[in-house]
Amino acid sequence: MPRVPLTKIAHARSGDKGDTANVGLIALKPEYYPILAEHVTAERVKKHFDGICLGKVERFELPNLGALNFLLHESLDGGGTLSLKADAQGKTYSAALLRMEIDVDSLPG
Amino acid sequence: MIRIANGQGFWGDSLEAPLEQIRRGPIDYLTLDYLAEITMSILQKQRSRDPHAGYARDFVDMIGRGARDIVERRIRIVANAGGVNPEACRDAVAKALNHPGVKIGVVSGDNIIDRLDDLIARGVPLKNLDTGEPLESVRSRVQSANVYFGAAAIAGALGTGAQIVITGRTTDTGLVLGPMIHEYKWKLDDWDKLAAGTIAGHTVECGAQCTGGNCQVDWQSIPNFADIGYPIVEAEPDGTFVITKHAGTGGRITVASIKEQLLYEMGDPDEYITPDCIADFTSIQLRQDGQNRVRFCGIKGKPATSMYKVSISYSAGFKAIGTLMYSWPDAYAKAQAADKTLRERLDRLGLRFDAIRTEFGGVNACHGQLAGEPAPGIAEVILRIGVRAGDRATVERFTKEIAPLALNGPPTVTGLGSGRPKVEEIVAYWPALLPKTEAAAQISVQET
Repeated sequence: MPRVPLTKIAHARSGDKGDTANVGLIALKPEYYPILAEHVTAERVKKHFDGICLGKVERFELPNLGALNFLLHESLDGGGTLSLKADAQGKTYSAALLRMEIDVDSLPG
Repeated sequence: MIRIANGQGFWGDSLEAPLEQIRRGPIDYLTLDYLAEITMSILQKQRSRDPHAGYARDFVDMIGRGARDIVERRIRIVANAGGVNPEACRDAVAKALNHPGVKIGVVSGDNIIDRLDDLIARGVPLKNLDTGEPLESVRSRVQSANVYFGAAAIAGALGTGAQIVITGRTTDTGLVLGPMIHEYKWKLDDWDKLAAGTIAGHTVECGAQCTGGNCQVDWQSIPNFADIGYPIVEAEPDGTFVITKHAGTGGRITVASIKEQLLYEMGDPDEYITPDCIADFTSIQLRQDGQNRVRFCGIKGKPATSMYKVSISYSAGFKAIGTLMYSWPDAYAKAQAADKTLRERLDRLGLRFDAIRTEFGGVNACHGQLAGEPAPGIAEVILRIGVRAGDRATVERFTKEIAPLALNGPPTVTGLGSGRPKVEEIVAYWPALLPKTEAAAQISVQET
């Protein structure tokens, strides 16, 4: 069972809305989207961001773009101008999500 | 087809980009967004000190520098540069243009700061959209309050023949959708077309962030960041459009770069709510349409809601952030020891903060525990420590405890070049909803 880092099969962009960070995760090839959809669940992302995301994680699917959108609630130390974080807008959370590795049966393509 | 250019991604973005958009190729419209969520409070303060201030001065400078091209080629400009004083902005723009016969439109009516007590008294609670608290709880500390108007008011102003439209608080997406509604006479309940224009606006609203800037895919091979092209929407009457940039500019527009921007600051993709419509991002179909061109089609929309979003800012205490840099050897251990020392001293002084936060640049500032332990031989680590409190004096006292660590704490420390950290007033953001019946955009037009 190969272990695949998300950097090999996806790219991402993140941003903020108040104290909530959003991370968009995009398949590098259309055939990778079902793998992302199967393995990168809201629960898995919540666990990955342990200690960073203090609230719930919501997941939305955009199959037309081969992408998933995650909302990480309570992740930015209050967010906006209140936040004392260097990354108060969660701009680097995209790369943080790509640190995840998933176990897949095989990689298509 | 009309070409609508984006001139900047935010107030503070490249001053040259809007002029390059004007000079390096054909465009019909130039759009500029100046108003981040808390910008209004800064402008409101400026206006309270000077009745002729309270708008984006940078916009006036840009108009002055580009005046000749703007007038000769009749480029139409739409900008929410008016802040809390769009009429003063118009007067300054007229002066900077220094050319007779140019019509300048103004969209106002968004500023509701003087109506808050009346609204609350009449049972409009302006509850915080995130926390559910009524505005009453921070009413005495409110610094600005503005309704987000959409594209309809902008289209209305263009309909008066205005070549330049200056607005107060309007949505970023409305700046792009407005010209489409005006040019193609789209009906204000043609939800699919309004959604298409909204998504075009969302794609270009962050400037070069859709043309290769901040793009993760093959970033090393993206050509010529130094001369990166800003985006242009080529909009068709049927609601389809292409995102492109001027020939010869740097950057790269691909389906991948566009997808990244589409997901930026995304909430529920089925329900992207604007004053004009609800856009469905799960309906977008993209395809590469030649080099540095991506075509959008298939976009679906739903009816707009009965509410306007309101952006309210309020004073929420003070904060300061100090940094110190520790070098090899044991850089991380030294920075950790300095953090512990500083916290002990703050305790001994009896200072009480609402929050205190330590991050170690080079170790965990971006990714926290996900980054793991640093290499033992790490060359340097930046200690970054911030505090937040309700009163200025407490935060002020904190700022005086950073510099002493250069002499009376762990060794090989530097990075104090800029002196004591600055105390900043925190102006926090309070998003709320207002029934659309409670606010109306006002449009006026004047000729230079």
